[in-house]
Parts: sequence; C-alpha cells; structure tokens
Amino acid sequence: MSGDEIIREPMLEIYIFEATQLMEQLEEISIECEKNKEIGTEAINEIFRVMHTIKSSSAMMMFNNIAVLAHSLEDLFYYIRENDAVNIDFEKLFDLVLFGIDFIKGEVSKIENNNNADGSSESLVKKSTSLLKDMKETNGVIIKNDLSEKREDTKYYISSYGNSSNENKQKYVARIFYEDGCEMENVRAYTVIHNLKDIVSEMYHIPEDIIESNDSVELIRKNGFLIGFSTTAIKEKVEEELNGIVFLRELELQQVDEFPQELKALKAKTKIVLEDPEEPMESNKEEVPHINKSGKQQSIISVNISKLDMLLDLVGEIVISEAMVTKNPDLEGLQLDDFNKAARQLRKLTNELQDIVMSIRMVPVSMTFHKMNRIVRDMSKKQNKDVELEIIGEETEVDKNIIDHISDPLMHLVRNSLDHGLEEEGERLASDKPKVGKITLEAKNAGGDVFIIVRDDGRGLDRKKIYDKAKLQGLVNKPLEELTDKEIFAYILLPGFSTNDSVTEYSGRGVGMDVVKKNIDSIGGTISIESEIGQGSTISIKIPLTLAIIDGLEVAVGMSKYTIPITSIRESFKPKENEVIADSEGNEMIMIRGEAYLIYRLHQIFNINTKVTTSTDGIMVMVEDNTKAACLFVDSLIGEQQVVVKAIPTYIKKAKGIAGCTILGDGNISLIIDVNGILDR
Amino acid sequence: MAEILDEVMETAEDTQKGKFLTFSVGKEAYGIEIKFVTEIIGIQDITEVPELPDYVKGIINLRGKIIPVIDVRLRFKKEPKQYNDRTCIVVINIKETSVGLIVDNVAEVINIEDSNIVPPPQIKAGFHNRYVRGIGKVGNEVKLLLDCDKLLNDDELDKIADIV
Repeated sequence: MSGDEIIREPMLEIYIFEATQLMEQLEEISIECEKNKEIGTEAINEIFRVMHTIKSSSAMMMFNNIAVLAHSLEDLFYYIRENDAVNIDFEKLFDLVLFGIDFIKGEVSKIENNNNADGSSESLVKKSTSLLKDMKETNGVIIKNDLSEKREDTKYYISSYGNSSNENKQKYVARIFYEDGCEMENVRAYTVIHNLKDIVSEMYHIPEDIIESNDSVELIRKNGFLIGFSTTAIKEKVEEELNGIVFLRELELQQVDEFPQELKALKAKTKIVLEDPEEPMESNKEEVPHINKSGKQQSIISVNISKLDMLLDLVGEIVISEAMVTKNPDLEGLQLDDFNKAARQLRKLTNELQDIVMSIRMVPVSMTFHKMNRIVRDMSKKQNKDVELEIIGEETEVDKNIIDHISDPLMHLVRNSLDHGLEEEGERLASDKPKVGKITLEAKNAGGDVFIIVRDDGRGLDRKKIYDKAKLQGLVNKPLEELTDKEIFAYILLPGFSTNDSVTEYSGRGVGMDVVKKNIDSIGGTISIESEIGQGSTISIKIPLTLAIIDGLEVAVGMSKYTIPITSIRESFKPKENEVIADSEGNEMIMIRGEAYLIYRLHQIFNINTKVTTSTDGIMVMVEDNTKAACLFVDSLIGEQQVVVKAIPTYIKKAKGIAGCTILGDGNISLIIDVNGILDR
Repeated sequence: MAEILDEVMETAEDTQKGKFLTFSVGKEAYGIEIKFVTEIIGIQDITEVPELPDYVKGIINLRGKIIPVIDVRLRFKKEPKQYNDRTCIVVINIKETSVGLIVDNVAEVINIEDSNIVPPPQIKAGFHNRYVRGIGKVGNEVKLLLDCDKLLNDDELDKIADIV
C-alpha cells in the first residue's frame, strides 16, 4: 500500500538520524575506554543504553540483522556490567564493538539510500557470543543462562539483589486454587508472580509456561498454582499478599527449608529470576570518569535545516528593511531626535537578533575532530605506527555548512600525515624524535575567519622532490631557487600530483589533495602549507566565518553599483597619467611599486555605458585571488558596507565574474563581483 | 487512498482552470493561465546583469526576493517601447522558478471555456507558434494563449538555432 510508505518516511528519517547519532556516540566512548584501558560504570551504562535503543528501534523498523547484533552486544556489556572484577581483553572487545558499529553504519547508509539493509550480521554475532563465552570461562563462571538466540523476545530475568547472602531469606511454598469459573487462571497466576517479585528473590512456579500455554489453565484448575520462593519478608506479610488475590478459593502456604522436588527440578533447568532492569548497581558508587555526552542530551533539540535557513533569510530581510526605514531618503535633513533615538534602539535590537540567529547555525568542530580519533586508531594499528592525536580548540564554532564540507578534507589530511608524514618507529628513534608520533588538530578564531590547522611531527615535505616531480609533469617553468617554499608546496594540491612511487591502500594516487582543495574552495576557504624537512608539516585551512554576509566595497560603474568583497581587495587609488601603459596587443597594465598588474575595465567587461573612460577620471582597485593580482577600473567608490549575499536566480545563467547579488539599503540591487572569475578571463 | 486524494486535488484545481489573465503587447492580446501568475506589479527599476540575452532585462528586488525579468516585446522580436506608467510586470511562477514579464498593459481576467479554444494553425515560418498553445475566442476578439514553459525554456533552442 502506498499509504504505508508515506507514513513510514518520517519514522525512517528519525530512525536514521538517531542511529547515526548513537553510533557516533558509541564510537567515541569506545575509543576513549580503549585508550584508558578501563570501562567506568557510566561508560558501561551509556553503551548499554545505546545498544538497547538501537536494538529496539531496529526491531521496530524490521531491521532484524541490526537488532540481533545489537542484542548480542548488549548481552556482552550486560555481563560486564553485572560482574565488575572481570578481566577484559580490551582490544578484542573494542575491535568487535567497532566492527559492529561499522556494520550498523553501513546498513544505515544503505537504508538512507533507499536500498535494502541486507547485510548479514551472523559472523559478528557469532564472534560476540564466543567472546562472551571466553570472558565467562576465564572468569570461572559456569554458564547457567541458555540464551537462545533464535527467540527474539527472550525474556531473561535478572536478579536485582546481586549478593547471594541467604541469611535472612526464608523459603516458602504456596499452592493457590482459584474459584471455579473465574476463567483466565493463567493470567491471574501471572499477576501473582508479578506482584510477588518485589518482595522475593528466587521464584519458581509450576506450571512454568503460564502465559503462552493454554494447557496451563487446565493444570492450575486441577492442581492449583504451585509457587516456591525465598524472601526476607515475614510470613505474615507474605500471607497477607497472597490472600489479597482476587478469586482466591484456597491458599496453602508453608515455610520450608528446602524446595520440594518438582521446584528443585525447575531450578536446575532454567534459573528464572525476576527482572528489574532499571535499578542501577548499588554497590558501585565510586568516582567514575565523567563521560560528557550523557549530560548534554536533554538540552539539545534537533531542527530541520530548512527551517533555520528560512529564519536566517527572514532575519536578513529584516536587517535590510530596518536600514530602508531608518535611512529613508524622505527623512533626510529632518531634525527628528526622538525618532533617531528610537531608530538607534531598533538598530541595536536587529543587530542582536541577527547575531543570535547566525550563531544558531554555528556548531562546534569537536564532533568532526573526534571522528578523526577513529581514523588515527585504525591507521596506526594497520601501519604499526604509534600515533597520538592532540585536539586543541574544539569548542570553536563554525557554520553547519562548513562542517559538512571540511569533514572529508580533514580526514584526508590526517590520513596523509599518518601515511606519508609520520615515519616508522625505528626511523623516529634514529632521528632523536619521541617514539610516539603526534598529530595536532587545532581550530581557532582569528578576525573574521576560522583557522583549522593539521600539524604533524613527521618527516616534512621534501622541496627538491616535489620540484622534480612537478618538473617531470611539466608544471614548472622557473628554476628551483626562484620559487618560494609556499609555491612549491602548493604543487601538491594539483590534481594527479604525488611523489609516491607506489599506491597504497590509503594514498598515493595523487587524487586526494586536489579534492581537498576543491572542497575548501567551495566554502570560500584557502589552504596554505608549511613544512620543514625532518621536523614536520603544517597545513592551515582558512575559512571565512559566515557565508551569507560579507564585507564589501561599493563601487559605481555607470548607472550600476557593484560590490567587491573586501577580502579580495589589496588597495585602491587614483591612477596617474603616465602610470598606465599598454603592451603590443593592447592589454593595459599599470606599474605599482615596481610590479606590473593587468587592468580590467569593468565597463568594458560588462558592457556598461559610462562616461568615465579615461584612466585618470576613475579609480583603480587592486584585487587579488589565490595566485595573482590585478587592477579593476571603476568609476568611483561609494563606501564600505556589510551586505547579505543572495544567490542569483538559477534561471539566469551565471556570467563569469558575478558571484551573487545583494540588496542595498535603499532597495537597489548590487551585483557582487567574483574576483576569481574576472581574473580568469 | 491515493486516488481519492487525486480527485480532491483535481476538483480544487478546477476553480482556477479556464481562467486567463489577458494583457496586450503591441497590437496583440495575449492570455496566460491564472494558475501561473503570482502577482502584478508596476514597472520599477531594473538592475542590469551582463552577458544575458537582450530580452532578459535584468533583475528586480521584489520584497527581498530577486527575480529576473523578461521583456515580452523583445522576446517576440518587436521594437522596444519606452516604459510608461501603464507598463506592468506580471510575475509568474513555473516549477519553482519565478520570472517577471514586462508587458505594455494588463487587461482583465477572463473565463475561456475549453470549447472556445482552438489549437494554433501550423505555420512553419512564424516562430510565435512555439509559445502559443491555443487561440481563445472571447466575444468578437481573439486572444493568443501562451505556453509558459516554452516561453522560459526555449532559450536553448534559440541559441542553437542562432549558431546553426
């Protein structure tokens, strides 16, 4: 039925979202525990909670393979929780957990892409049960519980009173007869058990299978309901409890030293004890390492990003409208003191509103940084390099959009550092470096930008090697000495460039850095590389803080107004008569402090009618992009403004050199110049 | 379940079906289905955008939204006319794209029954016909009913035709 699918979608969304979140949480805790070589109570509880949630939601959404895996991992951690002094093989355990996480992540992404989650978790489940068995055996505990893995709803009852001190416990045997014709004796019997469980520890009953089996009704009618239990409560209390049963015809209650034969037989078969999963371990209330994730859960709400975008747009509009009202040409020259005061107040409030709304989209980078932990762990194991990951400044916040785009590049840079940068143990010791390699991930705010820095203390970049390879590929035409370090290192960002002689599992094809650069470019950032041979390399990524608002310089060309982003401007000046020169092909250039810059006349490029054509009448604005600088010739400068960037409607095919448009304070539209685009012409 | 929903949708659409907004460009009267029209505004300042075909005049700021505008006269290759205070911009919305059409003046909204609409004659030469999906008879007059999709999207074909 198509109707079902429509209803299912939002649930599926929530499931996917929740599962992904939980997996990330679990991964982080696991790596933390593995590093500290101990599992605190809070950690166990957290892991248990996560597994339990995944198990139930997967079962509900009918993803049985995930549910079964979660179940078996839950068992594992249940065992660890109940038995603290257990000797755990941390590596094996967390390897298994991480494999499990990977499996679940894989399945969830299959689901996300509307494919069937058909992976088989059997091998992992088998591993998990065998690990559990091993743990139990090494800790001298005989396996009592026969957890049948086939039955999905195995009700395993756990004793809430862990210590088996039997001093004050008395054993009782009770036989209950119900009134004839009261029907549903089995359900009533179950109610009895349920009510008794609060005051008893062990309980066995015949017939055993009271809920599922219909024969039990007959049995109870004929022989009565036989219960054997041990409790610390006094006989009177027990009697009172049992006498309160509805439709009770006859009650036989006896205090015994030993359970009668039939009940003993049950005890040997399966130990049915009573469930109380919510109660925390009372014995362990010492100081535990604080897992910071659990506290934060309650104060976070997840919001659809499109709502945030709409909110952001609307606030942008309010800022513009506010400017249109307070700077209205109608009000010019009028002496309006009270109005001005009120307008100032309004301005303050709208600024504050804007700041807060902008900050909503800001997310701390810690999540992304912590993901790198996993990669470092996996790779360092595979390559036999001991590596430590240091994270500085993880509270730094960046726009959500940016986070999505830096995750992949960061992963790549970390991999590169590990694969190419850090040397093997022997080499490190030989060069007087500490045995453990260090990779530092740092994030900091500086002015209007965010810096993300990846630093390693490996072997650094070899200037000559890069230069040679670049020459081989025909990318250089200047001799080695003339190129600055920065320029040489920038070569590794080119597609297809790699100094690796062979391709490894992780890198060497020469594809990675180019993709990194593309990703960073798409969010308007820049990469710069520094390195010292033998000491290490540092890769810095500079990203503008917000995508939607930029500082721009308003210029006029003819009747139109254009905005040039301030980040691209070096300086502006009025040219003098003899500074402008033309070469043989008619390309105009200007000499500034000994260097020649090309001149781009905006009115020519954009075919605008303007009276200002002679160089001395207009203004030159020197702009630069990543690699080169040039001068733009405009009519006049209007002023500096902070503008909200709006995308050009898709219907209009973008002209090269226009990055977007913005609405000015007076309601007019100004086009934003894309410096890269102009300089590429 | 889905079929019932569809039926409801169709009956809702019927209230807009058969209604056309008529406007004139030069000597001809054109009609456009009302379901595409979002609003009609008076002519306002247009910001030029470089490197666009001549009939795309530029972009305007409509309460914070940036909308491109097309001059219908130039689209239909007539001589351009000075904009006066009767010139209007008809904002249409097709498939999530909003575009403004600059027209000489706007007349009224008329009901035209399907029975009064005939398909346009197949003239090979006139390129008008690509945009006209039918001819509607209203009283003694004839309105050319435009196909909005083609109006916006024929760009590619035009460009290719030009090159060839």
